[in-house]
Amino acid sequence: MSVLLYLIPISLFLGGIGLVAFFWAIKSKQFDDPEGNAARILLDDDEDPN
Amino acid sequence: MTVATCSACVAVPHDKIEQTIAAEHTLDLSVPTVHCAGCIGKIERGLKTLDGVQGARVNLSLKRLRVQYDGRQTIEDAVLDELANLGFEAHLLDGKVLTDKPDTTARGLLIRLGIAGFAAMNVMLLSVSVWAGADGITRDFLHWISAAIALPTIAYTAQPFFKNAWSALRVRGLNMDVPISLAILMASGLSLYETAHGGEHAYFDAALSLTFFLLAGRYLDHQTRAKARSAAVELSALEMPRAQKVSRGQVETVAIETLNVGDRVLVRRGARVPVDGVVAKGAGELDMSLLTGETMPASITLGDAVYSGTLNLGPSFEVNVTQIGQGTKLAEIAALVATAEATKTKYTTLADKAAQIYAPLVHLLALVAFLFWQFYTGDTRLAIGIATAVLIITCPCALGLAVPAVMTAASGRLYRAGILIRDGAALERLVDVDTVVFDKTGTLTTGEMTVVDAPKGAVLNLAASLAAHSDHPLSHAVAKLATAQDLPVIQDVMEHAGKGIEARSGSSRIRLGRAEWIGCKPVEGYVQTWLQIGETTPVAFLFEDTIKASSKDAILRLKARGLQVVMLSGDTQSATDRLAEKLGIERAVGGVLPDEKLTLVQSYGNHVLMVGDGLNDTAALAAAHVSMSPASAIDAARAASDFVLIKDDLTLIDACISLSKSAKIRMLENFAIAAGYNAIAVPIALVGLATPLLAALAMSASSICVSLNALRLTKVRGR
Repeated sequence: MSVLLYLIPISLFLGGIGLVAFFWAIKSKQFDDPEGNAARILLDDDEDPN
Repeated sequence: MTVATCSACVAVPHDKIEQTIAAEHTLDLSVPTVHCAGCIGKIERGLKTLDGVQGARVNLSLKRLRVQYDGRQTIEDAVLDELANLGFEAHLLDGKVLTDKPDTTARGLLIRLGIAGFAAMNVMLLSVSVWAGADGITRDFLHWISAAIALPTIAYTAQPFFKNAWSALRVRGLNMDVPISLAILMASGLSLYETAHGGEHAYFDAALSLTFFLLAGRYLDHQTRAKARSAAVELSALEMPRAQKVSRGQVETVAIETLNVGDRVLVRRGARVPVDGVVAKGAGELDMSLLTGETMPASITLGDAVYSGTLNLGPSFEVNVTQIGQGTKLAEIAALVATAEATKTKYTTLADKAAQIYAPLVHLLALVAFLFWQFYTGDTRLAIGIATAVLIITCPCALGLAVPAVMTAASGRLYRAGILIRDGAALERLVDVDTVVFDKTGTLTTGEMTVVDAPKGAVLNLAASLAAHSDHPLSHAVAKLATAQDLPVIQDVMEHAGKGIEARSGSSRIRLGRAEWIGCKPVEGYVQTWLQIGETTPVAFLFEDTIKASSKDAILRLKARGLQVVMLSGDTQSATDRLAEKLGIERAVGGVLPDEKLTLVQSYGNHVLMVGDGLNDTAALAAAHVSMSPASAIDAARAASDFVLIKDDLTLIDACISLSKSAKIRMLENFAIAAGYNAIAVPIALVGLATPLLAALAMSASSICVSLNALRLTKVRGR
């Protein structure tokens, strides 16, 4: 059962990465305009040809 | 550019300084009609081509636009013009009222949701090993790790529930958060005790997933409310209008709050009157529809009172300010709206009703379980364990999700159909509606005029070329009627404010205007204008309101539902009656003032749906059980309404009622599902057979069932 000593920290670490990514998403305002962000992927990035 | 004049600035990179300077100049606008990726692209690309604009960003969720610019004075008009050219209606928002702070509550809930989710998943994994058969020291070890993850997480993430429960208990009340907090606290406490004593059952996973599901419900609920609140903020931030102040012959644009009684203000053609006052110079024609709902402009001359919000259709005139701030007609209506809102009977939402029954029942059950097992076995540890299991199993996880999930699904569906919901509970209220009251002008009609009877050929063309010189709605209608490519040439056009327009064609004088001015007898019962060429007999143009394409169908559908339809209008009784007959409305009242509208709406009972668009409707909208306004409505009316029809289609009202009915059914079903789970799980818990595994299963399964049931609403049934 000593494998638990490795596995539990590893699972916590992996979950932690997800949690940090989620915090980053909140911080970079990705939840402030959900409808706008959903629509923006349909826009072309052709505003600046040069 | 030499920015670094002081030594401190040298230390800061040059472009950093410029960024700071630029960032200070922002302009916030409300753009209510933006609704898709195309709109975003069009607006942002269009504005970036303007001189001085450095950036533009649309927030589609809030329907707002933020423009960054270099600080030049003329930018507001340029931006508004560009938006108008692109086809978007926009209003300036007062940056002072709009706080730049992001929504901290939503962010706090999201962060808590993330942490609770992370912790719940990890603890659940550990619990699975316990359920799989871990025992002895391994089980204790797993329990201790679970405790180490769960306890700090619960202390932080469940705070919103603890706070709510505490504030309810302090005033000796009960809300849904009391059983929630009790269950979470008891589950954590009991599990810690069990863990410390090497016990078999620990409920850390249940406590965490409970917190997680409830936070999800809370977040959904908050999002629906946040939208409504942002609309309310917008109203107070709306239109910091400017006025053209005239002093010593010089015209200067100033903010309206700097004006004093006695100041003189210039009202240009096509502009709204910014203040209440009396005409001091010139004469004109005012579109008062905003205040009175009347279609036809009123002519004003020297000494007449004018009110803020009315639109100048004639040549420019000057006004002496008589009222500012709280004394204006606009402020009076705002006060009327406030009283209307205050007198409205408070509606108890389904969720509140459920909580009122649920919370005492759950506490009673847990208490009964505790007392029974205490006296039956004399084992306090067992009795507390069973009481905790009852609390966890009955905990309104599904109940907490039942309403928010349905609301989110319903508002998403409405949004796609073209309806913005401003108050979530309005969807519940809409179910009980028995009377629908419509405003006439601007709601059932477009506010424009259609020609009923008019001369044709050369006479019409002559009238049209004369009409092209005026902003009067009747002139627009006449000009639209003429299809000829090249209209006859006229000279010496002269506008007589409030009377008509005059010009010379060849050698003869032509006049287009009011019957009294031309000198003939008006035709009864019609809105009209007359044309006279030279000294010939005058000819009449007769008009009527243009009915919106969807009006008739919408009223038919509402009547088919068995609802009573009423039309109210500030227009004359005869005009109102004529339109009512066309639309098949039996009850129509004309000549109604704003406060009369309010009392009439209140007199039709407690379940009135009011649909209106003008300032004169605002108080009635606020007082009605449910209210809707078309997108073309003025902002005050939109802010007073529960629903805004973004698409100009009145049949959406019927669709909205249908959806409200199915949403209510979904909510009741969700309550039934939650109750059903409890009916099975509670007896098991009461007899002491509930294990952490069973608690986790029952809770997750009922929450998922409830969410899935709510999602059924998003499916559009084909006809």
